[in-house]
Amino acid sequence: MRNRRPLIVTLIAAAIATAIGIALSFIIHWFPVQASAQAKNTDRLYHVLVIASIPIFVLVVSTILYSVWQYRMKPGEELKDGPPIHGNTRLEVIWTAIPAMLVLALVSYSFVILHDNEKKPAREIQVQVTGQQFFWSFVYPSSVTGGKPVESDQLYLPANESVQFQMRSKDVIHAFWIPAFRLQEDVVPGITTTYRATPDRIGTYPVVCNLLCGLGHSTMRTNVHVVSEAQFQQWLKSKGASSSTTVTKP
Amino acid sequence: MVARFKTPGFYRALLGTALGGVFATALTWIVRMSTGHATFHHYLSGEAILTVSLIACPIFFVIGLGVFDYWFHWAAGRPTRPEDHSNHGAFTWKDYFKVNTDHKVIGVQYVVTSFIFLLIGGLIAMLMRAELAQPGAQFVDANTYNGLFSVHASILIFFFIIPVFAGLANYVLPLMIGAPDMAFPRLNALSFWLLPLGGIVMLSSFLAPGGSFANGWTAYAPLSTAAPVGQNFFSIGVQFAGASSIATALNFLVTIITMRAPGMSFFRMPLLVWANFSTSLLVVIATPFVAASQFFNLLDRSLGFNFFNAAKGGNVLMYQHVFWFYSHPAVYIMMLPGFGIISEILATKARKPIFGYRMMAFSLLAIVVLGFTVWAHHMFTSGMPAWVRIPMAITTVVIAVPTGIKIFSWLATLWRGVLHLDTSMLFALGFLTTFTLGGISGVMLAMIPFDIHVSASYFIVAHIHYVLFGGSLMTIFAGVYYWFPKMTGRMYDERLGKWHFWSTFVFFNLTFAPMHILGLQGMPRRVATYSAQFADLNLMISICSWLLGLSTLVFVYNIVTSWRGGPRAVANPWRAMTLEWQVSSPPPVFNFDKVPTVVGGPYEYGIPGAVHGILEPAHVGGAREPAGVSSGTHMSGE
Repeated sequence: MRNRRPLIVTLIAAAIATAIGIALSFIIHWFPVQASAQAKNTDRLYHVLVIASIPIFVLVVSTILYSVWQYRMKPGEELKDGPPIHGNTRLEVIWTAIPAMLVLALVSYSFVILHDNEKKPAREIQVQVTGQQFFWSFVYPSSVTGGKPVESDQLYLPANESVQFQMRSKDVIHAFWIPAFRLQEDVVPGITTTYRATPDRIGTYPVVCNLLCGLGHSTMRTNVHVVSEAQFQQWLKSKGASSSTTVTKP
Repeated sequence: MVARFKTPGFYRALLGTALGGVFATALTWIVRMSTGHATFHHYLSGEAILTVSLIACPIFFVIGLGVFDYWFHWAAGRPTRPEDHSNHGAFTWKDYFKVNTDHKVIGVQYVVTSFIFLLIGGLIAMLMRAELAQPGAQFVDANTYNGLFSVHASILIFFFIIPVFAGLANYVLPLMIGAPDMAFPRLNALSFWLLPLGGIVMLSSFLAPGGSFANGWTAYAPLSTAAPVGQNFFSIGVQFAGASSIATALNFLVTIITMRAPGMSFFRMPLLVWANFSTSLLVVIATPFVAASQFFNLLDRSLGFNFFNAAKGGNVLMYQHVFWFYSHPAVYIMMLPGFGIISEILATKARKPIFGYRMMAFSLLAIVVLGFTVWAHHMFTSGMPAWVRIPMAITTVVIAVPTGIKIFSWLATLWRGVLHLDTSMLFALGFLTTFTLGGISGVMLAMIPFDIHVSASYFIVAHIHYVLFGGSLMTIFAGVYYWFPKMTGRMYDERLGKWHFWSTFVFFNLTFAPMHILGLQGMPRRVATYSAQFADLNLMISICSWLLGLSTLVFVYNIVTSWRGGPRAVANPWRAMTLEWQVSSPPPVFNFDKVPTVVGGPYEYGIPGAVHGILEPAHVGGAREPAGVSSGTHMSGE
């Protein structure tokens, strides 16, 4: 019978490594600030994924390290072979079934998050986004302004209100990425693409073109200003919604 | 002198190249003139001539080199000489620069050529990291930078990883199945010679007016269809790589199906053979799609077709579907042969049979089938119909299951073995750790809400390098060290090999692990300048990447000096069971004096007296030179 101590030492070390890994995953600042309801969901999904992954990675690495420690060739074993073990059906069924169940559970959870992130709220505003080499422009339709549509090269959004971006491209494909919202979608010539976000933190966050669109790609940036409802209405007015002084939005 | 231009060789090939240029000029002139003034102001167009030359010159080059001579003789009804082996086997170093039909020569040609492309591609990466060391613009402009990363990826994918695996298998696979050569040796030679030509086409794009192709290796339309002429260098270079790849895959399939030694049933094949069988299936089915996608682009860009022009009714997303229908299976084309290499090395160096051999073979086939059902996970944010994401996410996580089976079976193979921790084994174990990380981040990316955030960010850059560097390149290094004695007849320096492993492993992780965080934090890929908040991590990544680059020099030095003057290798230095180790190092010109007979599985370690194959009497005295092969100069003495 083999000495069991090394195996026990390895198991304890693996358990400690897993615990440290999971603890680290909470300490590390993985993401920029959360500025949308979707960001909170997505970050939670990411944490679940990391916590599920750490034991698997530790299992692989500790098995390798244990094998190297215990089974490396010692002097005099140059011509020795290991035992002719060809397989073990029960073990093989286990390591097919358990990972299958794990990944299917995780992907199901991701579908729940996806559904939450994309479901249509009772009310939302629309903003039309136009991408072209190498800048973004925005149109607030009359349903938002209560009067004439407002065009702007700046993006202002009211906090705690769902917004649907309706995106079109004038030339090549761009991608409208707001890292603080954890959301993006390509902006494709010929079709209108959409996504919705619910900004919930007042502040200014970068908007990044995330699909190579030519020489100026890395400069195709702007900011999204998440402001209070009152400030948003004021901004709309200042941008020429002045023609209709009676903003009838509730 | 005139005779030199008449006989196959480089002189005639250069003449052919010149004729290719003349042909391109004449063809475009005739076509433009016959179309008339209404369409063209000038009958001679530099760009048209250049584009047609890119196709014609390489083809005329290989014709001049003599690759087609046999087939032309046959087609013209002239007598052929089927038993002429004058171009078979290498007797001096010069034979490696000729059209050769010996799979061992072609294998070496493939591997050396691919490694030259690795060094070029790696050097380009060093330049990119120099530009990225600081946030602002450093020393290349945006166009050059876009060109650098586009050429880096294209060269390393199409002219390093895919062909180097084809090269290693070219050398090893016929030996492993007990065959004297590949099924179609002349086709094999053609496959090889298309490769350096395609690579030169891509690299020379830096000289094109307007700079090299600069739209990434993905070449998304419509940006690519409006790009300067450099884009055509990509579209056409890919065609040569693709044709080479398809021809080699067909060759492997026929070789594996029809040329196995007596007694070698499918379930007695070494897993490297299984891996290349699976890879070849992927190549023949998938590669025509990337060829199509680039022909579409070429026609759009150069002849004004409107496949991807939305204003004229084109469909922009169609490009991405066709492209990824190849390029996702391509990820497995770049990984499955590596799985085969790792299986060979772990069994031999752990002195144990592969755990769960049949499941290892079946999981390869499962990956082949599932590999065709996941392509649109590259397009979760592309604007395609939202429902398509759901089935693609499910298939993407399911494909992790057969991959997991392989990882766990390898770990079980180590268990209770006798581990020989030499260089190839270290690379195999390093591969297991880094590839597991790449696999885990792959499963994460299947989760749609998460992918929506990090798609096209540096998280993707980190993931792809964990898979292609931590995965494929680790297995390639492992395989090169493992078969170096067989291929060259020399032993490499173990000490330098271990230095190479540790420096590669450490600096690889230090270079690419931080990129995950950059991506999560919001740094997009494919940018020459970035916001100042990412400066510290990028500087660290750049420094580590240069050290990673330097570690490659240890490898190059070790290989070059060992090949020139390393100690002679015995036939079977690793005491492996597979057939390639039962013949001398390097093997005789026709591999086996007599057809070997396979009597057992390939990994019967631990069973006293067990063998995989029996070589007939000529080999009883060990791996001496077999009788019957007229010239023995190819062999090394002992």
